[in-house]
Amino acid sequence: MRHRSALVVSIAVIGALSLSACGARDAKKGGDAAGGGSTTVTIGVDAPLTGDLSALGLGIKNSVDLAIKQANEKNEVPGVKFQIKALDDTAKPAPGQQNATQLVADNNVIGVVGPLNSSVAQSMQQIFNDANLVEISPANTGVALSQGEKWATGTKARPFKSYFRTATTDAVQGPFAAQYLFTDAKKSKVFLIDDQKTYGAGLAATFKGEFTKLGGTIVGEEHVNPDDRDFNAIVTKVKAAGAEAVYYGGEYPAAGPLSLQLKDAGVNIPLMGGDGIQSGDFIKLNPKGQGDLATAVGLPVEQLPTAAKFIADYNAAGYKDKYETYGGYSYDSAWAIVQAVKTVVAANNGKVPTDVRKKVVDAVQQISFDGVTGKVSFDEYGDTTNKQLTVYAVKDNAWAVEKSGTFAG
Amino acid sequence: MHDLPQQLANGLILGALYGLVAIGYTMVYGIVQLINFAHGEIFMVGGFGALTAYLVLPGGTTLWLAVPLMLIAGILVSTLVAVGAERFAYRPLRTAPRLAPLITAIGLSIVLQQLVFSFYPDAKKARVFPKIPGDPFHLASVTIQRSDVFLIIAAPVCMVILGWFVARTRSGRAMQATSQDPDTAKLMGIDTDRVIVMAFAIGAAFAAVAAVAYGLRTGQVDFRMGFILGLKAFTAAVLGGIGNIYGAMLGGLALGLAEGLATAYIQHVPGMHLFGGGAWKDVWAFVLLIVVLLVRPQGLLGERVADRA
Repeated sequence: MRHRSALVVSIAVIGALSLSACGARDAKKGGDAAGGGSTTVTIGVDAPLTGDLSALGLGIKNSVDLAIKQANEKNEVPGVKFQIKALDDTAKPAPGQQNATQLVADNNVIGVVGPLNSSVAQSMQQIFNDANLVEISPANTGVALSQGEKWATGTKARPFKSYFRTATTDAVQGPFAAQYLFTDAKKSKVFLIDDQKTYGAGLAATFKGEFTKLGGTIVGEEHVNPDDRDFNAIVTKVKAAGAEAVYYGGEYPAAGPLSLQLKDAGVNIPLMGGDGIQSGDFIKLNPKGQGDLATAVGLPVEQLPTAAKFIADYNAAGYKDKYETYGGYSYDSAWAIVQAVKTVVAANNGKVPTDVRKKVVDAVQQISFDGVTGKVSFDEYGDTTNKQLTVYAVKDNAWAVEKSGTFAG
Repeated sequence: MHDLPQQLANGLILGALYGLVAIGYTMVYGIVQLINFAHGEIFMVGGFGALTAYLVLPGGTTLWLAVPLMLIAGILVSTLVAVGAERFAYRPLRTAPRLAPLITAIGLSIVLQQLVFSFYPDAKKARVFPKIPGDPFHLASVTIQRSDVFLIIAAPVCMVILGWFVARTRSGRAMQATSQDPDTAKLMGIDTDRVIVMAFAIGAAFAAVAAVAYGLRTGQVDFRMGFILGLKAFTAAVLGGIGNIYGAMLGGLALGLAEGLATAYIQHVPGMHLFGGGAWKDVWAFVLLIVVLLVRPQGLLGERVADRA
């Protein structure tokens, strides 16, 4: 037995060594290849490809895949071919961190699209920043990610210069929802519930700030655990509090049953949330969701002329899953990396430079182009300059556009 | 406090659910002194069994017909998995040190989760479970969901059947004898292997009933649903006195009530406003467990199934 295990270990070690040697050689070849031959670079993707949030994650992955295929077809960057490396973070920080390490270690990776969750991004930012690897999230809305922990007090400081996002932040999304509920929907008494995660708690806090400033009352506050599915005790409290609406900071796997249990108990008031609940699965889990509301960043992809082509291409590509809320943003994130590589390669006589990662970070900061979701460019914090938002409502078992607008203060 | 009756009802209904799952922990422990940590997953596969039955039934089948069929399917799947687990995972280790089957149980729980996760279609996210349609019932200020009526009826019925079975039938008495002293029981001609299989099967059937109740209640099942609920049910079993079947139900009800009331009222207790609400309900559930174990280590109804049931 002993000999055998020694043998297995040696084979494994030899195998690992030879694999890593291959990796190193490939990367070198990539760096040197010029002019005639084509160099292949990798765009990494980190998103939940399995688990509760996989509907959103698979939409991200497919949209990046589409962007890369189109870049290759058009020969967008002469002499450079793109490929995708998608890793599954199961919507949790720990696997996300491992994925970040793995992407950093792969020398072919010149940029990463992802992750979906703000809490996952928190665990990855430092790793990408240390490696000068650009990370563009199509979905993170947690404000602190780009503006530092003290953003709420007005002291904004960008913690990581390799971090960007094409989604706008909760500093915009929560207040936009508050304005809609108070001004348009005329609800002045709201019960506030959040799931205590970076995204949910942040959204609830920014909502509360704006809603009370407008003159509304928060008639009750509750925190739940993201894995809870039984909310009857809280539903009873909402009923007793006489709320006219519930604002939920969190995601659809809990929001669906929460809304359903509210309506089951005869509390027929709308539940409103952020883009984390604006998914088809929310409606599937909650057959009584009629009238529930959600904000989502940007204008509805379906309404933008720039997006019509994206939707047609996506459907033509025959992906099994929908592009969901973040499809357009994911496509734009990937395209921003492609454009940055184009700039970098052009400035280096058509070759991929050796310090490509660092140069791509600088190039992304300067990027500006018309993307699927509108104009794509980043401000001094790495946030998108596109501050458009949309309120959706559930009508006839689908999310329908209720109101679109640009957030102003 | 005017919502107190409703909160009591919420707690009791949730508690009945815990109690049904806790029976499985208690019976298996009472007879083989094994804490079957895979029991939460037995509960989970029961839910998926019931869901499968619902999905293969032609659309438009009335729930009056569908729910019993789902129940049968869930019980079948849960029982088969539990009996299989006993045969292939626990029986070979019956004479091994107590720690070995415990570790196997934890391993088995992960295996079952991953099997459903990997092979059940679309189980990577929550699957929609049917709800019983119609308006809820109102009893004074208390609202009872139609879906919860299933649980309110099923829990006492299951308990009465189990009580009768253990006290009045030959197999039940064989179970008591085995629980008291397996070696002597064997000498008296009792097939102890059969009795142990029976304990696993009964626990699994109860878990399946609970799984259908859970599905109807929350409108969904997912591959992780057995983990936290299994832990809570185990707590309920310990709380009631592990090994005692009535204790399991009592422990479940106590735990459900504690959770419901803690969510609703703890934050109104002066000085406790930071520790109230839904986020803390699990904490209070386990605080209750610790308090009971400190004051009455054998649990509320103490001792083993044989001595009381």
